[in-house]
Amino acid sequence: MATQTKPQSATDRSEAFKWSMVIDLDRCTGCEACVVACQSENNVPINEESAFIEGRAIQWIRVERYWEGEWPDIKARFIPVLCQHCENAPCEPVCPVYATYHNTEGLNVQVYNRCVGTRYCGNNCPYHARSFNYWEPVWPEDLRNQLNPDVTVRSRGVMEKCSMCVQRIRRSTRSKTPNDVPDGSFDPACVQACPTSAMTFGNLNNPDSKVSKLQDDERKYHVFEHLGTAPTVMYLKQVDTHGA
Amino acid sequence: MYYRRTLTEAQINQQLLGTVLTTPLWWIVLFSILGIVVAGTVGVVGWMFNQGLGVTGLRQPVFWGFFITNFIFWVGISHAGVMISAILRLSQAEWRRPMVRAAETMTVFALMASLTMPLVHAGRPWRIFYWVFPYDWARGIWPDVRSPLVWDPIAITTYLTSSILFVYTALIPDLAIIRDRSTGWRKSVYGVLALGWHGNPRQWKIQGFAGILLSALILPVFVSVHSIVSWDFSVSLVPSWHVTIFAPYFVIGAVLSGVSAVVTLMIVMRKLYKLENFIWEEHIDALARLLIVVAMAWMFLFWLDLVFALWLKEEQEITVWNLRMFEPPWSWLFFIFFMFSYVIPVSLWMFRSVRRSFTWMLWTSLLVNVGMFLERFLIIVPALMRKGPQTFTYATYRPSPVEFIIIFGTIALVCFLLLVFSKFFPLIPLWEEKEGQLLMDEVKVGNVYVPAMVKEH
Repeated sequence: MATQTKPQSATDRSEAFKWSMVIDLDRCTGCEACVVACQSENNVPINEESAFIEGRAIQWIRVERYWEGEWPDIKARFIPVLCQHCENAPCEPVCPVYATYHNTEGLNVQVYNRCVGTRYCGNNCPYHARSFNYWEPVWPEDLRNQLNPDVTVRSRGVMEKCSMCVQRIRRSTRSKTPNDVPDGSFDPACVQACPTSAMTFGNLNNPDSKVSKLQDDERKYHVFEHLGTAPTVMYLKQVDTHGA
Repeated sequence: MYYRRTLTEAQINQQLLGTVLTTPLWWIVLFSILGIVVAGTVGVVGWMFNQGLGVTGLRQPVFWGFFITNFIFWVGISHAGVMISAILRLSQAEWRRPMVRAAETMTVFALMASLTMPLVHAGRPWRIFYWVFPYDWARGIWPDVRSPLVWDPIAITTYLTSSILFVYTALIPDLAIIRDRSTGWRKSVYGVLALGWHGNPRQWKIQGFAGILLSALILPVFVSVHSIVSWDFSVSLVPSWHVTIFAPYFVIGAVLSGVSAVVTLMIVMRKLYKLENFIWEEHIDALARLLIVVAMAWMFLFWLDLVFALWLKEEQEITVWNLRMFEPPWSWLFFIFFMFSYVIPVSLWMFRSVRRSFTWMLWTSLLVNVGMFLERFLIIVPALMRKGPQTFTYATYRPSPVEFIIIFGTIALVCFLLLVFSKFFPLIPLWEEKEGQLLMDEVKVGNVYVPAMVKEH
């Protein structure tokens, strides 16, 4: 009889893993490598210019540019925005079909098969992290073979959003205890692609992980903390050392 | 003006059963026109299902637009039924008699129209049964009861069921009359529907009791349906939706648009079905006075909503209200909404000559509903356009022709269903009219005789 690994119960895993991300805005150059990496990893449809003009571009992560200060003391700032995987996620209770729910590893997951497309989650997400498939996604013929076989291609009529590359998490942690998963042994596509290492991914339940250590950073903040959504994604504030 | 020609029972039967027993030419023409419009709309909806929601004007972050506006609008219209038939019945307002059935029937059809909207609006309508019915027993996934979108179908189907029961109980005596006046297969169909009604005292007692009981049971629905619909918004995190005043504000707004729709319907019915002997100036006058009160209560709650938003001095709330009230083209819509649903009609209804003029009342009641559609639109869309302080997520929304067609299609659908209903059932309850005539007496006041209701002898 083949050896069977004992299936891990939900509570086991919730004690074992709590995935989190820290984004250091001081290091972000706004190069959008994360956007490209995410798009190819997660089979995100190709957004043509018209998609942006129509406001229907599908993006799991986007780099937003905004201005700080008044001319001439003005600075361009960048902030990569992705699903914040809120612990108290506003998108979850409004879904009538449990298409979006919180899993035991601190991730806010989207089940495409359940989604009927009420788009209430999209309305209720203050981070604009959710995209809706208005049309059936189409890839050019020569790009069909680059689709990631681990990730579902979403049909029209469903919501989608960042999964923190749940397929990579599954591959790397399947039937493993936290001790078998060293910190930094795998990363979501955006983290892996970031040339300035502005993004850090890891297990918050592991006190030695990089993300755990960054929790004490004095620059740490959550976006829209006042809303009480308790995001798992954290940002480190950009600080100008030589007088802004 | 006070002296009415009393009609005999035979005259009442003959005049109210006119369209049921014969088919006038205008009915066929109207039926064909509305039928074509409804069929065309069904075709457009089918095309949209085939193409995807890309054919609408929806975009990020304005995920809800005309369809949800229309959903709220029709649920609002449906409040006429419970207002007219339950509340006015329990408060023994005699002038309700000619309008109870039309109002209740409109309620049923308005609810049906509103129920099509979430279906049309969903990304994958063929999967919507996941949401409404927990049919997938094997998988153990049930609808999430925390979601207001689960409360909605429960509230609306409750209201729909009770409204259908209401219409049906009130129909039974009239069905028996039609049964006795028709022949062939029609006689058997009406016979089955009339449930063996012979009009004996016991049957009348049960029927009367059922009416009162249903009125009382439907009262909680009066408060709950639009409250629950308003919670679609108040439960969310969107600025200017996330307010506690929404439930009463929506309920009163619904009564305003519903009762206005009843006025429109009564006047159109009176003209088309030649019901001059049944729908009088006094009835419309009474409805208009009711409307003044309702409109003022609604306006009070509207200002309360605005004051709550400004009182907090929360930046995002103020941004949304600023967009609604001061930035064109939204400010234009706001102006039209404010004038149409309050300023123009209420100031006109203050005049007795307007309240007693069918033409004026027809147009003012239509204005109210145009305004109320805009009100719902202005609640939904500008809030989503300015959802967060990140200016880079600001967006706008323009409904596409497809959405306009579907909106007009639902209006045609409700008219069509009412028209079909009127072919098979009288729009004014015969027995209510006869009862009203029995109770009516003339009381001498000074030198004149005025009509009065005699409830106890």
